[in-house]
Parts: sequence; C-alpha cells; structure tokens
Amino acid sequence: MERTTIDLWFGTFVLAGFAALLVLALKVGNLGSDRVSATYRVEARFENIGALKVRAPVRSSGVLVGRVAEIRFDTERYQASVVLALDSRYGFPKDTSASILTSGLLGEQYVGLDAGGDEKKLADGDRITLTQSAMVLERLIGQFLFSKAQEDGAKK
Amino acid sequence: MLEKGRRTLSRIGHNFIEGVWRVGAMTRFFFLVLAASGTSLQRFRLVMREVYFTGVLSLIIIVVSGLFVGMVLGLQGFETLQTYGAQESVGVLVALSLLRELGPVVAALLFASRAGSAITAEIGLMKATEQLTAMDMMAVSPMSRVIAPRFWAGVLSMPLLAAMFSAMGVFGGFLVGVVILGVDNGTFWSQMQAAVDFRYDVVNGVIKSFVFGIAVTIIATFEGYDAPPTAEGVSGATTRTVVSSALTILALDLVLTALMMRGGQ
Repeated sequence: MERTTIDLWFGTFVLAGFAALLVLALKVGNLGSDRVSATYRVEARFENIGALKVRAPVRSSGVLVGRVAEIRFDTERYQASVVLALDSRYGFPKDTSASILTSGLLGEQYVGLDAGGDEKKLADGDRITLTQSAMVLERLIGQFLFSKAQEDGAKK
Repeated sequence: MLEKGRRTLSRIGHNFIEGVWRVGAMTRFFFLVLAASGTSLQRFRLVMREVYFTGVLSLIIIVVSGLFVGMVLGLQGFETLQTYGAQESVGVLVALSLLRELGPVVAALLFASRAGSAITAEIGLMKATEQLTAMDMMAVSPMSRVIAPRFWAGVLSMPLLAAMFSAMGVFGGFLVGVVILGVDNGTFWSQMQAAVDFRYDVVNGVIKSFVFGIAVTIIATFEGYDAPPTAEGVSGATTRTVVSSALTILALDLVLTALMMRGGQ
C-alpha cells in the first residue's frame, strides 16, 4: 500500500488526540489509582443524612478510605440506607461507628468512620450499626430555643 | 406608518418561516448524509484527507487558545480563591471548568470558525462553479463523494480537538498556578484528582464535543450545499455557518448540561 503525507498527519492527529484523552483520564481524572483498588461494600442506616450525596468521600482520621456508593430510602424502617464502598486496603472493626460530618463550616458533607475495638473486621455486605445522623441546622436552633424557654420557665 | 408596520411584520413572519424551513431541510439533509456514508467508510482515504484539512490544520489554533484559556483561568481563579485562602483549589477550578464547559464549547466555536466556514465556502464554491452538477453528470454522487467525508471528518476530529484543548488548558493552569504563582505541585494535582470524576466530567465532556461536532459539520455542509451559486450567496452562507453554529453550540450546551446535571450531584 502506498504511503502519503496525509496518512502521517492523520496518524499524528489521532495519536495526539488520544494521548490528550489519556492524560485527562489518568492525570486529571485519576482513573488509574482510584478505580483499580478493590472495594468492599458496607451498609449504614441513618435517621437523617442531610445533604450527603453519592460519591461523597468516606474518611477515617481525615484519610480518604472510600466513597458513598448508593443512597436509598428504606421504606420498612423509614430510614436512609447508605452503602459505602470502602478501599479493601483498609479493614475496620465490626463495631466501627459512622457519622455524617461537614468539612469546614459550609463545606461538603462526608461520612466519618471511627474505629471500635472489636477483633473481627467488617466484611462485604456487613452493616454498621452505630451511626450518627447529620446535623440539621433548623433542628439545632429549635432545640436551643426549646431549652432556653424551659430555662426561663424554671426561673419564674 | 401602517404600511411600514405591516411590512416589518411580514418580514418577521418570512424570516420565521425561513428558519423553520431551514431546520426541517437540515434534518432531512442529515439523514441523507447518513444514508450516503457508505462510500466514505469504504474509501476511508477520503475521510482522512478531510481530517487533515479540518482537524490537523485546526491544531495550532486549538492548542494555542487552550493554553491561553487555561493560563487565564489559572490567574483569575488564583486571584479570587486567594481571598478565601483556598488558592490550592485552583487546579480543581481549571480542570472542572475546562472539562465540563470550556473545552468542548470553545473548541467547537473555534472549530466552527476555522473549519466550518472553510467547508461551507469550499462546497458553496464547488456548487457555484457547477462542479457538483458535473459530478452528478458523471454518476458520482456529490453527497457521498463530497459531503459525507467532510461530515465524518468533522465528527471524528471534534472530540479529539476538544480533548487536546482541555489537556493544554490544564497544562496552562499548571504553568500559571504551580510554576509562576507557587501553588504546591502535589496539592494542585491531588485536589484536582479528588474533584474530577472520570465518568461524570471527562466522558460527559467527550459526549458534548461529539454532539457539537455533528451539529457544526451538518450546519457547515448544509449551508454550503444550499448556498445560492453566486459570490454573494457563498459569502452569506459562510457567515450564516459561523453565526448559526455558534448559537446552536451554545443552545445545545445548555440542553446537554441540563440533561447531565439532572442527577443533582
């Protein structure tokens, strides 16, 4: 097959394009290290998840150990059911507790894990029983006002 | 007064009907091009030649503007984020705005004015000098020999050009943020990698530029094919290509973004 300059340019162009895509995927999107590591999924039920979203980070001692994989509403218990995909490099005891925290004053919400003292480790499909819901500002203010009113009532 | 008002009204009506006619004709043209694509896939050399003219020759403008856009984003982002003490997030700002919006949209606008106008002028002139009619006389379909290869070349080049634009932009942001303004190199990349999602940001950007590529090349080839066979007609068609491609790109971008963001994530 005869070769022409057009072939060379076409090849260069396509290669450069795919190289750019590869850079975007690996260097910018971090496809390489984020997805290759295997995960195990554990479930946690919360009374209230606040503004937690799918793909929100799961941190323990501030280190990223996984991501929120799925959020459902459990119609039997009327609670939010959150599935966490945890990096299988990190094991956690069975009695680990999960709480929904906020990074910074107005930052995004994430799931914080506090390790317990159990000998057994959490496995795929397990459930975290100790959970603490997200803080909802309106409720906090409501509680504050209520306790204030009670105090005032007791003084009189 | 009344006569003038009536004339204005009738001109508006005429322009509106003309616009609707164009949309209908362009849709039919799109399916005609798809139906005539067999030849350009069999003789891929035709498409490669057009990729050279539309894609390779647009490389310089895409790469240089990508670099500049990224550098400006880096500077502006750094200025604003510094107020909140969050200048390390400049990488996130540059990468997300390029991948989600600026990469596909600005690359498509540049592509429309660099390559789209050239396609229209070329096809319009071929029509004006009756080359298309001559092809028809020789039983060579201009649709499959002239239009379809240009269409596929545009559709193929656009996502690649947009990816190069974004990559160069991120590099420009890196140059300004890390090399000139002294943001920490590790923080710059790690914050960016934590914020950018492959499926949600990178793939959606590629889908966008793919759709823009189809829109721009269909408009460009249609305007050329439809141009009145005069010097004035060709120049008008070239202008229309750039204007209506730009509007179509921005409108499609709104629709696509709305569709992609619907998950509320």
